[in-house]
Amino acid sequence: MQRKQNSIKLSALFMLALLFLFIATTAGAALADPSNGLTNIFAPESTPAKSIVDLSLLVLVITGIIFVVVFALLVYSIVKFRGRAADAGREPAQVYGSSKIELAWTVIPILIVVVLFLATARTIHAVQDAPEPATALEVTAIGHQFWWEFRYPRLGIVTANELHIPVSGAAHPTPTFLKLLSADTDHSFWIPQLAGKTDLIPNHPNSMWMDPHRTGVYLGQCAQYCGTQHAKMLLRVSVDSEEGFKAWVRAQQQPAVEDEKATLGKRVFETTACINCHAISGTVANGRFGPDLTHLMSRSTIGSGAAENTEENLRRWIENPDAIKPGSLMPAMKLSDSDLDALTAYMETLR
Amino acid sequence: MSAMANPFPQAPANWKLPDRGKVAMAGLIIAESAIFTIFVVAYLFYMGKNLSGPTPREVLEIPIFYTICLLSSSLTIHFAGKSLERNKRGTFLALWLITILLGGLFLYGTGQEWHRLIYEHGLTISTNLFGTTYYSLVGLHAFHVTAGLAMLCIVGIFTLAGRVGPGQSRRVDVLSMYWHFVDAVWVVVFTVVYILGR
Amino acid sequence: MSANAMVIQNAQVVDRTWVETLHEWLTTVDHKRLGLLYIAFALFFLVVGGVEALIIRIQLMHSRNTFVSPQVFNRMFTMHGTTMIFFVAMPILFGFANYLVPLMIGARDMAFPRLNAFSFWLSALGGFLLYFSFLGGSGLYGAGNAPDVGWWAYAPLGARAFSPGHSSDYWTLALLVSGFGSIGTAINIIATVLCMRCPGMKLSRMPLLVWLNFVMAGMVLIAITPLSAAQIMLLVDRYLGGHFFDTQAGGSAVLWMHFFWIFGHPEVYILILPCFAFMSEIIPVFSRKPIFGYPVMVAATVCIGFVSMSVWAHHMFTIGMNSYANSFFTISSMVVGIPTGIKIFNWLGTMWGGRIQFKTPMLFSIGFLFQFLIAGLTGIMLACSPFDWQLGNSYFVVAHFHYVIVGGILFALFGAFYYWYPKITGRMLSETLGKWHFWLFLIGFHLTFDLMHIPGLLGMPRRIYTYEPGRGWDTLNLIVSIGTFIQAIAILVFVANLVISHWKGARAGNDPWDAWTLEWSISSPPPAYNFATVPTVASRRPLWDLKHPEDPDSRYE
Repeated sequence: MQRKQNSIKLSALFMLALLFLFIATTAGAALADPSNGLTNIFAPESTPAKSIVDLSLLVLVITGIIFVVVFALLVYSIVKFRGRAADAGREPAQVYGSSKIELAWTVIPILIVVVLFLATARTIHAVQDAPEPATALEVTAIGHQFWWEFRYPRLGIVTANELHIPVSGAAHPTPTFLKLLSADTDHSFWIPQLAGKTDLIPNHPNSMWMDPHRTGVYLGQCAQYCGTQHAKMLLRVSVDSEEGFKAWVRAQQQPAVEDEKATLGKRVFETTACINCHAISGTVANGRFGPDLTHLMSRSTIGSGAAENTEENLRRWIENPDAIKPGSLMPAMKLSDSDLDALTAYMETLR
Repeated sequence: MSAMANPFPQAPANWKLPDRGKVAMAGLIIAESAIFTIFVVAYLFYMGKNLSGPTPREVLEIPIFYTICLLSSSLTIHFAGKSLERNKRGTFLALWLITILLGGLFLYGTGQEWHRLIYEHGLTISTNLFGTTYYSLVGLHAFHVTAGLAMLCIVGIFTLAGRVGPGQSRRVDVLSMYWHFVDAVWVVVFTVVYILGR
Repeated sequence: MSANAMVIQNAQVVDRTWVETLHEWLTTVDHKRLGLLYIAFALFFLVVGGVEALIIRIQLMHSRNTFVSPQVFNRMFTMHGTTMIFFVAMPILFGFANYLVPLMIGARDMAFPRLNAFSFWLSALGGFLLYFSFLGGSGLYGAGNAPDVGWWAYAPLGARAFSPGHSSDYWTLALLVSGFGSIGTAINIIATVLCMRCPGMKLSRMPLLVWLNFVMAGMVLIAITPLSAAQIMLLVDRYLGGHFFDTQAGGSAVLWMHFFWIFGHPEVYILILPCFAFMSEIIPVFSRKPIFGYPVMVAATVCIGFVSMSVWAHHMFTIGMNSYANSFFTISSMVVGIPTGIKIFNWLGTMWGGRIQFKTPMLFSIGFLFQFLIAGLTGIMLACSPFDWQLGNSYFVVAHFHYVIVGGILFALFGAFYYWYPKITGRMLSETLGKWHFWLFLIGFHLTFDLMHIPGLLGMPRRIYTYEPGRGWDTLNLIVSIGTFIQAIAILVFVANLVISHWKGARAGNDPWDAWTLEWSISSPPPAYNFATVPTVASRRPLWDLKHPEDPDSRYE
């Protein structure tokens, strides 16, 4: 009977060990896989994100040591002090406590907290109180339900959903300083590889900064529940080389492309309710409720990341936004097929 | 009934625990204080942040008379309780009724002030931040005064029916605790709204 | 040792019709019956909240899933959170407190039995109101349903402009009403503990369960009320045109956050303290030793009660507070971990040198210790505000708090069920089913909540009804969801155990675990009057003194 119980206990422990091995392997594989690097907080490409990773390593080491020590003590106590059949009826020594031991395990945690706090306070100040250099690029991000508005006040640019910023080299740093506002409810700007998240709260301007060291496209999304389509309020940050960024700025500063082939579509745009919400610079449209469409074709996605920016998707979106992003605040425009085709063709010219 | 002797040790000679009515009322007062604290914090936070509309300095008049009424009612209820302990029922009834009168006067004063603010100055709860926080805080207090007054009236009715004597002294004390709390809250509200806020 | 003497002999038993029984239960003021009503109410909502969780996890099994619409999903996570906190955790813990506190202090009932009943029915009304929103939330414009603003209802999302119809009002009213019920119960517990202890039971001789529920009740008084105040303000905004949280009129969304979290953080300590209570009663009995360091356990509890009121803005590290505020809340959040961690060491010290019995209550307690340790450590990680700027509002946080709530609170509750079910019903729960319950739940729990940390580290925010493929979140979410099904099966095993054992379980007798607190001195189930003769005590373990007259605790205390 005892042997059967022992073998059941052993196999239970064996299965438990297998389970934890499986969990650890899956976790490790997921974290180490480079294709998962897109939004991995442990793959920083900017100073704020890197400072956080540095701090987190210290925290993980300290908490890891605490875990190993206490875990070992727990396992030891369960194994060593398990009640055996031979002990039945006898009570162990009734120990009430020990001031010395209790003092020790109060003082040690206090010391650990002091160390952790000092390291943390340093990082807090380094990231939050970093002064803004004169070479910084200033961008204002305004959160909307469920899209991002980006304004470059000194460059006279208004765009949406996809942010372009210059890479910031060590020799000539050009960090981007973001001012964060909201037009409606709370949102949060989170690009894990570039910085920690900061919220966009109405009537409460915030600011954050990032200085990406490598060109490329960085992904993220809104990280504060803001309503029905919070999940599809995605972010794309394109970190361009210095020349690439200048070229992008120049293109964005141009008014909308005037293509004679698209005048029919432009007429549809101007006479339907589109201009109530959208703006296209160089035309009568200057609505601010929806994204600026002047250079719609310079973006790789529509609907703030909800779909690829293809002609077919664009047509589907204009016909019925809810088909792609149910609950988005753009109503279905109820256009005829020919109007829809013309309008889509016009949109396609807005490079 | 019970077959065996009590196996438990000897009871201690003097085992006195606090009165549960007073402990419960203290608990209620603590909880209510927390609610009032939040409303006071909101009031302080929004001081000076109005985007429009009448400001406290323009429209508020310090209600000295009605404040004196309410705070004196704490004295009268205290002495009423003392009289009841000594079985001076006539004095108790008189002081109790004066307490109710003073509390009622205070509510009348609040009503009068609100009437003036609404009809002469156009200040309502939806006018601006001052309106919202003012009516909420003062209104919450007035609601507690009303509830207290209702309880006082019930005790008054029982007294007139001759059912309140020294045996009910403890319960009357518990109700007095509540009434003192309501007065103490008014001291805070008065300071925040009429002194700091202007 | 038996104290059958403590029962009035020859009591008459009268047969009742089912209507009379129902009436008796609906009008009861007996703390034991009310405790069971609270527990039954909570178990019902546990299943409801669990179904909501299953819906969430099925939708998140793979990227771009379309099992439910975003509108339904958003209602599901709002209702799941609100239900689990307010209509499962709070009631079940109040239920156990109601049942056990008078018994453990040698009293015949709570200080205010009618207030007790009133508080329970207020909570029940709150639960009903919240779920009525599915039917009644539409309001005039057909615009509402169950609330979908998250269980925090952040401003201005809860305002009329962003939350038309009545869905948010049902959320507000349900919690306001049950909040008042909670305050009533808290006042009752405090008055009972201070005023109804049996002779000889000084405060320093109370069982730790009583201490912990006492401190919890004090916290309820000052933590629930800020939420009530904020909800009254929200109603003023929504119905009287007020501007408390109206950002267009100069109001502040951040103020709502402060008020909510001044409630929200102490709330989670309110939930965990009774679970510490269960552990502090179960672990000593199954280690056959007294609790290690009783005075420090009490001091740590009171410490936690106070310090936990100063940490709330660690839920707000990303809202743009300045570096000094962020630093303050970082250190306060780390400091509160110290007394909490000390408790783990004290339980470890209790087991050390003991003779551990691995019955089901102890299995769940050991699970609690491991899991609460890990949860506390991920909490320390989140307390470092820069780390929280990445981890906050992501699945790392979701994993952390479920680790505390499921791995900590629920495991402790399961332990409490297995430990006190014999006292409540007179029957033992099946050890076999108990072990199946434990191991299945342990496996499901770890599959789900260990792996759930990883999508957070890989950038997955919370409260999203779907996610993009190619972020590395797909496989992890699938395994997480599979784990929830295993947990669901374990819960079914548990419910089966509760039901079957009621009729088929072995008779328990007064004291099946050879324990030391007063509830084990009376019959199982206890008589309506609890104690025929009010007991007197001379130490913290009165039954140990009776069972070991040659070496009583009273000699050493």
